[in-house]
Amino acid sequence: MGGSSSLLPQEALGEYQELTFLNKQEILLAAPAPGLPRALPHGGAVVFASSSAYKRFSELLPREQRENACSVRVPKSQILTLPELRANPFQHRICHVFSTSEDGDDSMSFEDFLDMLSVFSDAATSDIKSRYAFRIFDFDDDGVLDGKDLEKLVNCLTGQGEEARLSSIEMEQLIRNVLEESDIDKDGTINLSEFQHVISRSPDFVSSFKIVL
Amino acid sequence: MSEFGAGAELPGWVTESRSRGEFFSPEESHAAAPAGFLQELPSYRSVLRRRAAAGDVQERWGNLRGIASAERREPQPDGGERGAIPLWELPFSIAEKRRIRDLQQGDIKYSSGWNHWKRTSSKSWKKALKDIKELSSYMQLWRHDIHSIEGKFGTGIQSYFSFLRFLVLLNFLMFILMFSFVTLPAVISNYGIFNSSSTKISPNNTEPYCTVYTPSGNKGLVYFYTYLKDLLTGTGFLEVTVLFYGYYTIDAAWFSVLRYNLPLAYLLTTFAYLALSFVWIIKRSVERFRQHLVHDEDQFQSYCNKVFAGWDFCITDLNAARLKHRSLLYELQTNLEEERLKQKIAERTMKEKLRIYSLRIFINIIVIAVLSGCFYSIYRATVFSQENSSNISIVGFQANLLVQYLPSIVITSANFIAPQIFSFLIAFEDYSAAFEIRLTLIRCVFVRLANVGVLLFSLWSQIHCDNDQCKACGYDYELYPCWESAVGQEMYKLLIFDFMIIIAMTLFVDFPRKLLVTYCSWKLVQWWGLQEFGISDNVLEIIYGQTICWIGTFFSPLLPAIATIKYFIIFYIKKISLIHTRKPASRPIRASSSNFFFLAVLLIGLILAFVPLGVSIALISSSKACGPFRNFNTSWAIVPYTILEFPIGLQKFLYGIASEAFAVPFFVIACLFMFYFIALAGAHKRVVEQLREQLVTESRDKLFLLEKLSEAQKNSGKPQKARS
Repeated sequence: MGGSSSLLPQEALGEYQELTFLNKQEILLAAPAPGLPRALPHGGAVVFASSSAYKRFSELLPREQRENACSVRVPKSQILTLPELRANPFQHRICHVFSTSEDGDDSMSFEDFLDMLSVFSDAATSDIKSRYAFRIFDFDDDGVLDGKDLEKLVNCLTGQGEEARLSSIEMEQLIRNVLEESDIDKDGTINLSEFQHVISRSPDFVSSFKIVL
Repeated sequence: MSEFGAGAELPGWVTESRSRGEFFSPEESHAAAPAGFLQELPSYRSVLRRRAAAGDVQERWGNLRGIASAERREPQPDGGERGAIPLWELPFSIAEKRRIRDLQQGDIKYSSGWNHWKRTSSKSWKKALKDIKELSSYMQLWRHDIHSIEGKFGTGIQSYFSFLRFLVLLNFLMFILMFSFVTLPAVISNYGIFNSSSTKISPNNTEPYCTVYTPSGNKGLVYFYTYLKDLLTGTGFLEVTVLFYGYYTIDAAWFSVLRYNLPLAYLLTTFAYLALSFVWIIKRSVERFRQHLVHDEDQFQSYCNKVFAGWDFCITDLNAARLKHRSLLYELQTNLEEERLKQKIAERTMKEKLRIYSLRIFINIIVIAVLSGCFYSIYRATVFSQENSSNISIVGFQANLLVQYLPSIVITSANFIAPQIFSFLIAFEDYSAAFEIRLTLIRCVFVRLANVGVLLFSLWSQIHCDNDQCKACGYDYELYPCWESAVGQEMYKLLIFDFMIIIAMTLFVDFPRKLLVTYCSWKLVQWWGLQEFGISDNVLEIIYGQTICWIGTFFSPLLPAIATIKYFIIFYIKKISLIHTRKPASRPIRASSSNFFFLAVLLIGLILAFVPLGVSIALISSSKACGPFRNFNTSWAIVPYTILEFPIGLQKFLYGIASEAFAVPFFVIACLFMFYFIALAGAHKRVVEQLREQLVTESRDKLFLLEKLSEAQKNSGKPQKARS
């Protein structure tokens, strides 16, 4: 809160509303903060951010970069300090999937951040969520979920540490069961269509694949 | 391959777009030539054509992606096609969506006026829908509270609180109904406001002693605690207020020249609130049921659901995350163990089976015995309470209160003890864990709802009488000149007591326990620990309260208002108790199965509430000394009486509908339809199974042929064809 009058131009706000599932409040709260509105060079109306996505993102930046939060990339280590991602076992995969950085360092810009929030929002369709979930779970990025991906996935779910792992017999049994339920063409891997098919039958997916700021 | 240009694509996308038939994932491992053939297969081509013609989303995305990356503009013959998906539903990053939007806007020049109008109107329509949804979500009660609960405790517990919110709204609507159609006209006409008046016709063909009713009403000097006692038991000054049936002794209300038939309104409003509850619950459960029915595998057993949807992304707290990891591990291990157990069960010998079945029968007999014990004690308590509650002068104030509340106390203790006994017994029955939970829940539900039924039955056995004098009235006129008010008072007491117990448990059990665990470091205390938030127990509690409200509203029209306030306060009490005194559940209930389960049990409660109401309205004589149905034999009798005043044609029509000649064929036809749909569903399931098997064999065929082909090519030594 305080006097940080970060600015997000009105047109950018409208554009983000059009391109994502987020609504205006989730992108920023349009309550005027103390301070006078400043006209941008091109004369567009300005709105003050006092909460939600824009504010949270600019808080990740050092003070001097907050003015042009829209164009700066935040390094992955900073992103992982967000409480919503801090406790998430898939944090690295999420950063990797949503980052559009060409350097491969998984840094995220404000638009990547909005992308992430949009996909994880309440309003996103289950189709979008399942596509992105598939990408997140695909640890080796080869376009299919094979046994190794599933094993890493289960290890993420059960937690870090030796006593938090399933035994190898249990792991085999589990992977066998998962593939039996979802692998239609019996090739030992799950591709996107099979994944979406099994997700459509899973009633908890939409309610658990959700991040609320 | 040329349309999939460079650009920030993950290999996954390229592979997925390339392999149209989804059976070809291992193509990467084969040589390039067989993969090339895939594009030329007739099946692949026809799928492409079919999808392009139907405007398949995937195909459009492929095109869009290619166009966005390659920045090529092809004048589409049907330019409106691409605008049909809203931009925000595309699975690309914001930068790419921006490029696509710019291209779309550029393409507008190429499309005809009609397509342009169609596209912009559909876009603005979708945007309008989105705005409306946003606005309506602001107006939801407790939206922020439930959101934060979901964030901290997960979706299972959140479903309990949304259920509570649903009940608050339902009760509020019921109150509005009863108030505006029954209470308000009665009050207005009784006080003569707005030039209104009421008429009380004295009953003509009944014995005069049936019509004597003098509620005490606390005239003269009374002790202060009498008021408290009246507040808690509904007697005394409360008995003559709007709260109970006895107040509505009005046969018609006149508003200037309009005649308002209050008895008919009373009955119809009762039916209306029951119908409203029924319809609303069914509507809410239809969506949940669809998910439940999508595949009939046991929900607890679906591994894919656990693995892919297991992690609750709402969790922000590190401790909660640690506990969630542990609970997931535990859940997966138990399910795998159950599977191994199932295999073991399948291999049981005959002797073992016999032993297990006889043990189960024995335990079910014990369960029935426990239930009968509960019912009998409730019956005796009710009879005792009714017989002794009028002896005020002999016993003291506290003892009298205790006697009045005896049925409620017995019911609450039965509701508390019986589930403990059931969870103890079920361990011996050797069922799978999932079935254990379900069976215990069903038994607990049965106990709670049947207790209310037994209470009502015992009340009626009191009201019913045998000697000739009171047969003329139809009920015991000496003890209960206004028996509906008496029943209303019992329901009122149950509701109040239930509320007090919930508050007392939170104040005197949860908080001291938390203080003890926090500040006392004895081993025993730490092992005892904090309690979990038992979702099913809490849900059964509020469903029990709601069933009482449904039954009681006929006898006490303002009961829904009390229930609304009660649930409103309970929301905050439970929320505070959850945040401060509970530990997270080790075996979490999944949100999906719980939502449907809560609504199903609520529906059972509602249907169970129909039975006592139906009996009271249609079978038991209404009291002749008070209430709007004095002139009729039963409360239902006003409906035929009103129908007789309708025009002859309408009468004949209504009699026709109610007769057997119509009802039986209607029932038979409804059954036929039901069987048809069941058969259809079964047939569809079989077809789906067959198609799945077919898919598998087809893919195996293709793989086989591909292998043969690549072998043949290698053997013939021909150079591989370059991809076109």
